[in-house]
Amino acid sequence: MTQLAKTPVLLQRRVTNALFQAACGLSAVLAITILGYVLWFLFRQGITYFKPSFFTNLPDNVNPALGGIKHSIIGSLNLLGIALCISLPIGILSGVYQAESSGKLSNLVRFLTDVLNGIPSIVVGLFVYAIWILPYALKHPGQGYSGVAGGTALGIMMIPLVMRTTDEMLRLVPQSLWDASLALGTPRWRTMLLIVLPAARNGIVTGVMLALARVSGETAPLLFTVLGNEFLGPITGPTDALPLRLYKYATSSDPVQNSMAWSTALTLLLIILILSILARFLTRAGKRI
Amino acid sequence: MQTVPCVTVKNVSFWYGSNQALFDINMTIPQHAVTAFIGPSGCGKSTFLRCINRMNDRIDGAKMTGTIQLNDQDIREKSVSVEALRRTVGMVFQKPVPFPMSIYDNIAFGPRTHRLASGRMLDELVEKCLRDAALWDEVKDKLKSSAMALSGGQQQRLCIARTLSVSPDVILMDEPCSALDPNSTHRIEELITRLKTDYTVIIVTHNLQQAKRISDMTGFFLRGELVEFGPSETVFSTPTRTETDDYINGRFG
Amino acid sequence: MYVGAITTTSLILLTLVLAIGCALLWQSMPAIKALGPRFLSGHEWDDAAGKYGSAAFLSGTLYSSAIAILVSVPISICSAVFLAELAPKWIRLPITFLIELLAAIPSVVYGLWGIFVLIPLLRDKVMTPALSSPTITKIPVLKTLLAGAGYGPSMLAAGLILAIMITPFITAICRDILLAIPTIQRDAAAGLGTTQAETIVKVVLPSAAPGLIGAVMLGFGRAFGETMAVTMVIGNMTPNTPDGRSIALFDPGYTIASAMANKFTEATPGIATAALIELGLVLFVTSMVINLVARSLVKFASRRLSA
Repeated sequence: MTQLAKTPVLLQRRVTNALFQAACGLSAVLAITILGYVLWFLFRQGITYFKPSFFTNLPDNVNPALGGIKHSIIGSLNLLGIALCISLPIGILSGVYQAESSGKLSNLVRFLTDVLNGIPSIVVGLFVYAIWILPYALKHPGQGYSGVAGGTALGIMMIPLVMRTTDEMLRLVPQSLWDASLALGTPRWRTMLLIVLPAARNGIVTGVMLALARVSGETAPLLFTVLGNEFLGPITGPTDALPLRLYKYATSSDPVQNSMAWSTALTLLLIILILSILARFLTRAGKRI
Repeated sequence: MQTVPCVTVKNVSFWYGSNQALFDINMTIPQHAVTAFIGPSGCGKSTFLRCINRMNDRIDGAKMTGTIQLNDQDIREKSVSVEALRRTVGMVFQKPVPFPMSIYDNIAFGPRTHRLASGRMLDELVEKCLRDAALWDEVKDKLKSSAMALSGGQQQRLCIARTLSVSPDVILMDEPCSALDPNSTHRIEELITRLKTDYTVIIVTHNLQQAKRISDMTGFFLRGELVEFGPSETVFSTPTRTETDDYINGRFG
Repeated sequence: MYVGAITTTSLILLTLVLAIGCALLWQSMPAIKALGPRFLSGHEWDDAAGKYGSAAFLSGTLYSSAIAILVSVPISICSAVFLAELAPKWIRLPITFLIELLAAIPSVVYGLWGIFVLIPLLRDKVMTPALSSPTITKIPVLKTLLAGAGYGPSMLAAGLILAIMITPFITAICRDILLAIPTIQRDAAAGLGTTQAETIVKVVLPSAAPGLIGAVMLGFGRAFGETMAVTMVIGNMTPNTPDGRSIALFDPGYTIASAMANKFTEATPGIATAALIELGLVLFVTSMVINLVARSLVKFASRRLSA
């Protein structure tokens, strides 16, 4: 019967359908093409200075092409270390609180975490500057910048991420694990510390590593806090970091430095990738829950 | 009772990937009658229902062999448009699924999609469908309000009205009352009995009393096979197979 | 005691947020007292003359974020639809992963790419041809937009780079929202004989609308506070117009964040620094408001869907 046949109206609807699907597919392809475009340049330009001397030398004023970014790498690692020292205790402990409660206070805390997460990174850096460096700089002009300050800013940015991941991972621990321990008469805090947290450990570590990956590429908070350095100095003084060095070299008028900027970017991206891949690896390898 | 065939099923088998769910189903479903599919959970009755309007096409790895004919036309023929098929064979689901729009827009959705009516004709069509689904009096003053605000029974009647809006020949119903209270169930059963004068109804149900009450023909499914198919009176009072007898008398469920 | 210990730690979070607001307020006091509302309405920022007006920066921020949203939203929503509704199962994970990779690239790396790849490309393939084209100078709207200094660093570059950066973010949220819509809605539409496009456009997207709008606002909030990539490609110069503002896409400009990054090194302690901190305060408040409205929209949408 003709009622089931394909009518002109139907064909028109099918054409629209096909166009729509094509448009959506092309959008996704476009996004990925741009990714490829960026990465392609990164590799092509960055490979020039991507050699061992780049990682083991400090900047060389006499022979710029022989210089390296060793101090930036070490600086970045130091900053991340400080960020961990700040964000781990606060993030994990408040994550524990969040997982354990559901009252008005915890809703407020969740809300504040969202707020903290949404603060632009430059504002966080500015905050550390305003509270810590500026008062000092007013008395000792030009001084006060330090790696500790930068690390603190990065740590503040990591707190909401660590907290959320701890909260989520703890909630995934099955109730049966809790019950088994509590039924033995173990107090709640001991259960959390010795049984539940270790069970959620892999998930939390993953989350922390992903937060580290995210924060290691941040430049803006460092602008007002660490100042940058051409040498390897103490953490309590001006420090250099990979993203900062990248910014400096990218905006410089020296073509050698511009070229080194690409290699610095490549280095930074590699560190982020390694951290992210390690993190995902851990989730898959440690799925005991 | 009319015995003009409406849906003819020949040697239909069905697989979800490598799992066979239906084994060689054969039946002839008469027009302008209510046919019920009964059977325990997982016996394949819903799967089979979804073959009739090719909803299973939407599942990855689904495969069907055999033919299903609607008024002598193979529904899987190349020249058949699946959109037109689903117009002609409508479906009401277990859970009422109103679209998040106004009552009017819900009913108008089908006609608008298939470009069937607009303007005043559309208004009249919406009213007719709501009347046929026994919902008009309750909603005529609030057609523009959200359909999500209706009660469960009202929402299901809305879904039935929506199905009617594209003038189908066959209406498939997959346990339409299982999520509703007894009062709403009763109203919908009355509705189904009225609908069969103009439509062919195929209903999957878990409720044996319901099948006995409203159906003219009954098919009993067990583990993917059509064990028995015939006039409901016969199937329920003098079944030919022991399995049918056991199921109907509650010896297993 | 256990409860006490962990409660205290979360109170630290509470104080932190308040502390940020207060600290910025405290250190920008000298500027607030000296400048008053002129800070928000004035267009000029001149250290030497003691003039500090942030209006040009604010409009620059709004303009660049608006461009970013205009470019990114169609691509993001279509990609989200692709990932949630259309793509075959095997392709979903790799593409989702790749789009997430876009989000993992730091802002400063995008800035680097922007300086050496995007800007020359825009200058040579878009700006120079457009500026010298006789046809464009006749079309009314285009001739005001496709105009400006045109030597590279520009509002257009900033808008485009922001678009690239917020796309993965918006796509991910929209994808989650679309996936949350119950399958049975799509089944019901299909049962009435719709094509896939019709189901998506007439049933799924309207259902997801509040959440999608929230996602777009979140993207806007992100673009608002973005610093590095923007400061590296926007020129950090006031365009050559009487009031220091311009809607010409090829003109350079400032955003609040880029101004902060750019002027910090030259700022002398005193009013100059305090004014910069006041800028930070403005940025803090505005992005917080945008984010809060956006988040409540997204939450409201997901609650409505699960109800």
